[in-house]
Amino acid sequence: MDAKKELFQKLQQDILLWQGFKPQAGGKAERIGLGEIEQVFPGGVFPKRAIHEFITVLPEDSAASDGFIAGLLSVLMQDGAACVWVSTSRRLFPASLSLFNVEPERIIFMDVSTEKEVLWVTEEALKCEGLAAVVSELNNLSLIESRRLQLAVEESGVTGFILRKDASKAARTVATARWKISPLPTDTEDGMPGLGFPRWQVELLKVRNGNPGSFVLEWAGEGFENVENVERVDKVEAAKEVFGETAWSEQEGRQIG
Amino acid sequence: MQRRFVSIWFRQLLTDWQLIRRPELAEVPFVFAAPDHGRMMITAVSALAAGFGVEVGMRAADAKAICPGLEVLDDKPDRPRNLLRGLGEWCVRYSPVVAIDEFGMDGLLLDVSGCTHLWGGEREYLKEIVSRLAGKGYTVRVAIADTPGAAWAVSHYGKVTPLIPVGGHPEALLGLVPEALRLEQPVLARLHKLGFYQIKSFIGMPRSVLRRRFGEDFLLRLGQALGSEAEVLIPLQVPVPFSERLACLEPIKTKVGIEIAINRMLESLCKRMQTEGKGLRMGVLSGFRIDGKLVQVSIGTSGATHSVSHLFKLFQLKIDQIRPGLGIEVFVLDADKVDDVEVPQEQMWTSRPGLDDQSVIRLLDRVAGKIGPQVIHRYLPATRYWPERAVLQARSVTDKPATEWRVEKPRPTELLKRPDPIEVMALIPDHPPGFFIYKGIRHHVVKADGPERIEREWWLDQGEHRDYYQVEDDQGRRYWLFRSGHYGGDQRYQWFIHGFFA
Repeated sequence: MDAKKELFQKLQQDILLWQGFKPQAGGKAERIGLGEIEQVFPGGVFPKRAIHEFITVLPEDSAASDGFIAGLLSVLMQDGAACVWVSTSRRLFPASLSLFNVEPERIIFMDVSTEKEVLWVTEEALKCEGLAAVVSELNNLSLIESRRLQLAVEESGVTGFILRKDASKAARTVATARWKISPLPTDTEDGMPGLGFPRWQVELLKVRNGNPGSFVLEWAGEGFENVENVERVDKVEAAKEVFGETAWSEQEGRQIG
Repeated sequence: MQRRFVSIWFRQLLTDWQLIRRPELAEVPFVFAAPDHGRMMITAVSALAAGFGVEVGMRAADAKAICPGLEVLDDKPDRPRNLLRGLGEWCVRYSPVVAIDEFGMDGLLLDVSGCTHLWGGEREYLKEIVSRLAGKGYTVRVAIADTPGAAWAVSHYGKVTPLIPVGGHPEALLGLVPEALRLEQPVLARLHKLGFYQIKSFIGMPRSVLRRRFGEDFLLRLGQALGSEAEVLIPLQVPVPFSERLACLEPIKTKVGIEIAINRMLESLCKRMQTEGKGLRMGVLSGFRIDGKLVQVSIGTSGATHSVSHLFKLFQLKIDQIRPGLGIEVFVLDADKVDDVEVPQEQMWTSRPGLDDQSVIRLLDRVAGKIGPQVIHRYLPATRYWPERAVLQARSVTDKPATEWRVEKPRPTELLKRPDPIEVMALIPDHPPGFFIYKGIRHHVVKADGPERIEREWWLDQGEHRDYYQVEDDQGRRYWLFRSGHYGGDQRYQWFIHGFFA
């Protein structure tokens, strides 16, 4: 039985290696700060040498994805490396990135005019070893194009983030992970009025050799923080119990002011 | 190095040029004429017309009388210079320093020091020039000598050989007529009057005597021919200090061939630049095609570099723009702009990546070369509150922010370039809206923060201040809204959406 298990493990490791996952040097796994989400990835490590795809259809989703990526960039760019952001119609506000611990001046924006140029710049940037990450706003990405990007990434070790606007052709790329980030209502401490930390529903639609899942995450000023879904529901229930149905809506009304 | 000069004399520059343009004139005697004091004076005569006894300086009317059917063409004063400039630029293939012969305005002077061996010797070099120009349709006489003056003299009046060996020019000049010294007409007339028909009859005279009789200019011309006075050629194209040329045995018309040529030139250019501590900032690749056209592509780098592979990649992006036509025979690579290159200390153990990382700079160069430098943006904090002006474009990769990025106020992750007007219902004035309609969708506001009032920069533009609210709707989506202006019965105000929060 043990022999079989060992054989499976060996095979699994081989497959990972063939698919571009390199084992961590020195056996020390670097953390990206995603907490329990990292456990769904192969080996329990966020794959840095990989293409991550984000499906964004609504502008609100893309704002959430931008925020989430900025949170990841804050870790990826820790050593002072630069990042390239390629887009045809960029709406990202550079000044807001400093809220996610990213130095906006270390991000190089390339605002090109056609999708083809976006692809070209993305591939060139992914081949550039001096960069920490490349974020690319692409509407269409074919299987072949995504393969080219994956090869570039495996060569250089740069993390690639693709923000895709169409959800329909989602199944036809070789991305290592496919994410969908959507905003969730925020929660303030002790029900104080106003808005709390940005909170998202992080859906991992696909993880190569991992387990897809859905998580609730919050950017708590310094880093990501997992929010237990159950706990939130409990809070609401608790609030209902304490204030009753009407009291809750009253409080809701007060929060607006 | 022994200096050598070539003089190319176009014997019939204007008429040859006209025959190339209009081959049908080969059968017709024709002249060029220009108005002078109300008459048409002949300035150039075709070979056929010369046979009838037509000469330069005649009146056009007289010439028509001796030569029936003579075609008189209009001459323009600066046409010879323009023609010579074009020919001179073509002749850059033979030598980097090509000058127009300002005295006769019908020839070119080339500084060919160290050039002739590339063609296999001086004889082959001259033969190549003559046959090439003859192939185009120009009859030329050429000569090579140690001084431009001697080369000019031999090309115009020499009868023995155009190849004057090193140090042999005083001897070659002896038997020539005084006209060979490029002298003015009055001086020549005086020489003839005194019976000086050959240079050897006065070359041995004392300088003081010659100066008294014929003036300072005469001595200058004599000295220039003999080499005792320096003559400066004004090159048509100022030679670039860092330049490489590659002449090809066979015309090149394939992409692979061009790539090999670029690589070879870059290798020797970069080697030279490296030894001198220079790096390329701007480079131009020129290809001389066999049909006489010139194709050029240029590249620029954001920092001086002498890396062959990087520069080659930049040129590689532009190869598609080179139209080789029937083939390119000579490549010239000029480094128009060079800078001192900063040699970074090799860091063995720690490599600190950053914006000034070599690979990043190379990436920027490639993008700027392929798409254009205008697509690359980088932002620095500006000390302003108005959201549209809160960021400042960095001018270069090395620009550092002068101030800290502000984090105390919330700013949306995505900012609309132009705020979109929205319809709003607010319960109480100066409160955040109860709901708003954006793009036909009604959003019920559940939570809100604000207002944050941002005043307009009145010294820049006129208008109302903005009261910004950060709102969250019942789906958890977060927006940045503002009201432009105060609430009030008669005052105008409008709500806008300006961004999306993460």
